Amino acid sequence: MTTFLELLITGISLGSVYALIALGFVIIFKSTEVVNFAHASLLLAGGYFAVVSRDTLGFWPALLVGIAGAALLGMLLEFLIIRRYRGRDHSVLAIVTIGIDIVLITELARRIGPEIFSYRDPWGNTLVQLGPVSIPQTRVAAFVVAGALITVFLLAFRYTSWGVAMRAAAEDRGTAALMGVRLGWISASAWAVAGALAAVAALFLSVFPTTGLDRETGLIALKAFPAAIIGGLDSTTGALAGGLIVGVTQSLATGYQSELSFLGNGIGDLAPYLVMVVVLLIRPAGLFGTRELSRV
Amino acid sequence: MEAAILRVRGLAAGYGPVHALSSVSLEVPDGAVTAVLGGNGAGKSTLLRAISGTLRFQGGAITGGTIEFAGERLDGRNAARVVAAGVVQVPEGRQVFARMSVADNLRAGALGARHGRRGEQEARERVFGLFPVLAERVHQRAGLLSGGEQQMLAMGRALMARPRLLLLDEPSLGLAPMMAARIADTIREINDQGTAVLLVEQNAALALNLATRAVVLETGTVALSGTAAELAASDEVRRRYLGVGDEDAAADAEAGIRAEHDHSDGHPTLRRWVA
Repeated sequence: MTTFLELLITGISLGSVYALIALGFVIIFKSTEVVNFAHASLLLAGGYFAVVSRDTLGFWPALLVGIAGAALLGMLLEFLIIRRYRGRDHSVLAIVTIGIDIVLITELARRIGPEIFSYRDPWGNTLVQLGPVSIPQTRVAAFVVAGALITVFLLAFRYTSWGVAMRAAAEDRGTAALMGVRLGWISASAWAVAGALAAVAALFLSVFPTTGLDRETGLIALKAFPAAIIGGLDSTTGALAGGLIVGVTQSLATGYQSELSFLGNGIGDLAPYLVMVVVLLIRPAGLFGTRELSRV
Repeated sequence: MEAAILRVRGLAAGYGPVHALSSVSLEVPDGAVTAVLGGNGAGKSTLLRAISGTLRFQGGAITGGTIEFAGERLDGRNAARVVAAGVVQVPEGRQVFARMSVADNLRAGALGARHGRRGEQEARERVFGLFPVLAERVHQRAGLLSGGEQQMLAMGRALMARPRLLLLDEPSLGLAPMMAARIADTIREINDQGTAVLLVEQNAALALNLATRAVVLETGTVALSGTAAELAASDEVRRRYLGVGDEDAAADAEAGIRAEHDHSDGHPTLRRWVA
């Protein structure tokens, strides 16, 4: 029972980090209709900016540098590249983002090399006792920070003018433009927010029990992809649900791997994709996604 | 005649190789309703899109001529700057943000204009005064409103930007006659409050009744223009857009009815299809 609780809590914490990444996917998809395959490199870039400035600046300022850097990079990508393809087919844009991803990942991997950077975060490897279960402090921090950021984002999405503009543009770009919504800003701000969230996720994917940020960290963003799909690519609520489902599934499948040994090794990494396939079989638009409706 | 608030001169526009407008000139007097009539494909919607700066969403562009609003050039401006100048379009088919609440739709309408919180509040009160039903349904999702209510919301949303000129694209499209008449009354009321209106309509009777001046577009050029009364009296408009005055057609129709009657041996002319 204790093991189960531990795994569950770990899963929820991990899931909230995936939710941060998935939320970025969803924001970009909603506002610009681009499936952003460059999200992994955006995450790695955010992490890289933070770890290289941590020695001179200290942890917290360096984290801010990482967040601001990833946000700026996202905006820059939108401004310099994505904007030129506006109005083109979605698949063209998706392929453009794959190209961006390859370039960025290659350059970042070259800079990072074989090293593993530690964030030297204030949490270290301390464990917290919650009744019978003990979990790393980093997991608690991840859950609290991700939860707070997601809440702030959802409130902004619901109540601010920016949020109204985002939702209007997501529903109908042409009509939003008629209302005077500046679509360029909407799209650039979506990329910035997604970059910032990814940079925060990079932090929590690199702290204890992980050894640190290395050139493979970006690959974890790929696990947030099933999270976004499970929830429905165009639903913010779906991103949260999807993130948690993926986190908990992965944690439980990894924890009970010995009982699941008939499925072979590494089922924990595979489980999220299995869940995704099952969800898509039952609900092709994801749990909270809008089905494509067309009137005849 | 009052001073023109909108001047379109020699406007040409197209979608790639397709020319939709060639050399369209018209003037919209300040504080009045001006109607644009014409059949399908005459270029009415293209004209509005050219003014509101949204042609490029359909892959179109202005290829010649000028659009001047209150002394400022509008052609070449993007949609957001046209709204900021005081020209707002209500799109054809209403296009409310169906998944957002009525309140959020109205907020979206105020995004393009910078009138501050006070200005937004005043605009909202004006909209609720014009359309009390929107105040009642303020928390409902716009997609759940009826067609007429959605048209009201689309118009209210546009008024949130406090435009000096309102562009209306087929406001009566797909509405029951009674609802269309109510929308017409509201357009008159909006105009009485000082907003100039450029009205594109297929329903020529409704449009000519509201407008002081009107132009008729045919295959991308202005075929006729004048006061609404002049156009309503002209044979061509009566025949082609008001559906009256075509003696031959009327005679044919009557003959048809008579023939039907002869065959029916005293049964009523209207019959149901029976399987």
